[in-house]
Amino acid sequence: MAIVSPTSPTPVSARPAPTDAPRRARATALLALLAGALLVSALAAAGSGQLAVPLPEVAGSVFHRVGLDIGPLPAHPRGDVTLWTIRFPRVVMAMLVGAALAVAGAVMQGVFGNPLAEPSIVGVSSGAAVAAASSIVFGLTFAGTWTIAVCAFVGGLVTTLAVYGLSRADGRTEVVTLVLTGIAVNAVAAAGLGMLMFLGDTQAREQIVFWQLGSLNGSRWQYVGVVAPLVAVGIVASLLSARSLDLLALGERQARHLGVHVERLRILLVVVVALLTAAAVSFCGIVAFVGLVVPHLVRMVTGPGHRILLPASMLAGALVLVIADLGARTLVAYADLPIGMLTSLVGGPFFFWLLRRTRRTAGGWS
Amino acid sequence: MNALQARGIVVRYGPTAVLSGVDLDVRHGEVLALVGPNGAGKSTLLGVLAGDVTATHGEVRVLGRPLSEWRLRDLARERAVLTQEHVVAFPFPVGEVVRMGRSPWRNRPEEDLDDLLVADAMDTTAVTHLSHRPFGLLSGGEKGRTSFARVLAQATDVLLLDEPTAALDIGHQEAVLERARRRADDGAAVVVVLHDLSLAAAWSDRVALLHRGVVAADGPPTEVLEPALLSEVYAHPIDVVAHPVTGELLVLADRMSRRRIAP
Repeated sequence: MAIVSPTSPTPVSARPAPTDAPRRARATALLALLAGALLVSALAAAGSGQLAVPLPEVAGSVFHRVGLDIGPLPAHPRGDVTLWTIRFPRVVMAMLVGAALAVAGAVMQGVFGNPLAEPSIVGVSSGAAVAAASSIVFGLTFAGTWTIAVCAFVGGLVTTLAVYGLSRADGRTEVVTLVLTGIAVNAVAAAGLGMLMFLGDTQAREQIVFWQLGSLNGSRWQYVGVVAPLVAVGIVASLLSARSLDLLALGERQARHLGVHVERLRILLVVVVALLTAAAVSFCGIVAFVGLVVPHLVRMVTGPGHRILLPASMLAGALVLVIADLGARTLVAYADLPIGMLTSLVGGPFFFWLLRRTRRTAGGWS
Repeated sequence: MNALQARGIVVRYGPTAVLSGVDLDVRHGEVLALVGPNGAGKSTLLGVLAGDVTATHGEVRVLGRPLSEWRLRDLARERAVLTQEHVVAFPFPVGEVVRMGRSPWRNRPEEDLDDLLVADAMDTTAVTHLSHRPFGLLSGGEKGRTSFARVLAQATDVLLLDEPTAALDIGHQEAVLERARRRADDGAAVVVVLHDLSLAAAWSDRVALLHRGVVAADGPPTEVLEPALLSEVYAHPIDVVAHPVTGELLVLADRMSRRRIAP
């Protein structure tokens, strides 16, 4: 698929060897920019809310925690406590979930060789949510605080494998097949969630509704402690597979001829997608379209190479979710909007635009 | 030791046998052209040699070692494959696609040659000016040349080329085969599937003519490209004439005689 406009004139350079120096410089600039923006927005988000803490005081609070006597402490008597028990875990959770979803989307697109693949569209998020919800309804506690995450992972893995098996032919997935498979999988998952709501008591029902809407409300350090290692493992595994993902774009046979162990890589990455999606879903529910929108926007700047796409998507995804969650908390006074609703509100039309674009440039995709 | 050795290759899809007992040897320094009518099993045979198609019976050895015993990365440094489809998911620019051919050499001393070999391959296939253009926007011929450049950049001593001249104009056909020829002269073993028998005659050392899943003839072009045999295999009257000046073999459909040969 051509992100670069087809009408843009091709530079007919007389350079003997294609150098990627300008692209590399641009990528470094983008990564630095994203990291800076993420840091500022995270601090700003932590300071915003009913109890406003100015940016210098937020930074000062962080510095004092790590033992540096720099900057002012929050002036408000409950400022420091609010930051550390409510705001920071929520902001950190937003970063983790955003990074996980964006990387999961980028990896999934690479594995499926299809730019429309995304955990929520193909139903992996719903699959994970069904499994997580059933652990609530049936009161499963076999793994302590990790129970929900384990269930979500199993649900996500089963769904990813199902989609993978159902929608691929000759190592590629056609757009239509993928979207239709997503409809089918999402329908089954919706039925599962409906069944669980029917079976569950009032409290379980409320929690299931929360899965479907997606929210970072009630994030605690305890949950961050579960999500963070999963996300870290998933992202490191993705980054290590970046070069192989590039080669996979040539096709399975072609990648194998270049020395990629395609079957092993595929299984590894399917597990990674399930892991990242489960990490995002287990405590925050379904936050849709982040995995679609973020990698696409990043590709427009960096090109499709995964060595830059993946880290940039990670940062951009974290940034997007921190800002989206800030919006969810502050757009309507005294109300905490579901973040999944917000991302879908933006992501839905974007998805539609992508579909239209695919039709126009049919053949240019694959 | 032969670069490639296939023994008793049988490939069956259900009850139909696509290949029924093929033996083939390819030596270093030679270009072997695989020719034959549609459905004779040329691409399947190349797929077996490449390891993409698993033979029902038989064994393929690369540099004396059975294909299944090779580590993929090691094999990729010895053997490159050009497939018929040229599809790249995502808009990778041409320069990066060609550079992907160098990936098996990563973290090895030969990595230092990357820039040189990529530039040389792109120069040979005349895609240097397309370097920054997304692969998906190329014409069919340009895609084919880019893929060929990637295979050249891989710098292997065994080359398997499935219809490298498809969708190419006559000038680029010559350039591609000339380059393959040059690699063979430098010691590489080249297997090339061709439809144009005159091209096969001009550029190969040996021609293997496949017919209904078996090798009907295997030898120098002058022996294999023989009118009676070709007419029978292709079920169409075929003439082979020598170029009046150079003496090169020209294979033409015989449009003069009305006789049809029973298949």
